Amino acid sequence: MGGQQRVYRQRIRSTQSLKKIFRAMELIAASRIGKARDRVTAAAPYAHAITRAISAVAVHSKVDHPLTNERTDTDRVAVLVISADRGMAGAYSANALREAERLTERLKNEGKSVVSYALGRRAASYYSFRKREVASSWQGESDSPQFGTAQEIARALYKAYVSDGEDAISEVHVVYTHFTSMVSQEARVIRLLPLEVVEGVAEPDEDVEPLYDFEPGAEEVLDSLLPRYIESRIYACMLLSAASELANRQRAMNTAVSNAEDIIRQYTRLANSARQAEITQEISEIVSGADALAAS
Amino acid sequence: MADALTVDIVAPDGKVWSGAASRVIAPSVEGEIGLLANHEPILSVLRAGTVRVTSGTDALEFPVTGGFVSFDHNTITIVADAVSTDED
Repeated sequence: MGGQQRVYRQRIRSTQSLKKIFRAMELIAASRIGKARDRVTAAAPYAHAITRAISAVAVHSKVDHPLTNERTDTDRVAVLVISADRGMAGAYSANALREAERLTERLKNEGKSVVSYALGRRAASYYSFRKREVASSWQGESDSPQFGTAQEIARALYKAYVSDGEDAISEVHVVYTHFTSMVSQEARVIRLLPLEVVEGVAEPDEDVEPLYDFEPGAEEVLDSLLPRYIESRIYACMLLSAASELANRQRAMNTAVSNAEDIIRQYTRLANSARQAEITQEISEIVSGADALAAS
Repeated sequence: MADALTVDIVAPDGKVWSGAASRVIAPSVEGEIGLLANHEPILSVLRAGTVRVTSGTDALEFPVTGGFVSFDHNTITIVADAVSTDED
């Protein structure tokens, strides 16, 4: 009987220490979200400047660049999935991966073969567990993306897009998790290549766009702008995904804390009734022992 | 002359500097270009070098590794790949 009580107490203690860990992770995630959102805001001027410059070139010269032209010579398309490095973020990675699966299915139905690129350990292990090939994967900084990694990814995709060989690809899609607010994030798909520069083109300026002088030339300017544009788009996706991951983690940990509290409450009740049962039994043993002595 | 130019220097991870200036010198791929007020609109690719900004009586220097500069309506936007801010 005493053993029963001890088991309950032990479970309560271990759940309490787990609860402390969950609480700490919730607070860590909460404090990092602010920083992640600041980084999203900080990256905006750069993206805006590049988009403006590209639309300026597009207005003043005939844009005819490999990155904006559709490729028809290959049916291979790339899908880049942005997921988390660790779990403990609720359905964050699962949602992104499900969206990627849906996209893959759709592209396959269109008769294309899909090449997967994985960012984040969860995506990489998802594909390796299913023995599916991953062209390239990057891991280790899903909750604080660096621009260098975005550049690396952009270069890998860019190289495959402009190459003529076996590994050429005709489209690049990115699956990321858009951070709308603290309570709402959703997995989204964007088509990165071939490029469609949308934002900033329709600028209802009072006068016509200034006539730019391009140095060294419009072509060269575009050559250096477009890869930067891709980098900044990928970087923006990574930053938004990181903010979403942290928001999801905070929510998941919050739920874990309240679950731990529930379990502690349950075990406390069980421990109390075990203790009560033990006392009752002892009393009845003593009373019946006394009765037996009195009767003899 | 009053500082007639509005200058924004941006890097991928944030705005580096922004303010008014009277003169900006940027390392373009075809040599250094100096930009004063009412320069004709230009969009130029930068090579690694130093962007020099004269703001009031201060001379500021921003070493960049590459990027581009755009100028129109006396607004200069310098988009740098990476700015080493080791001048402080």
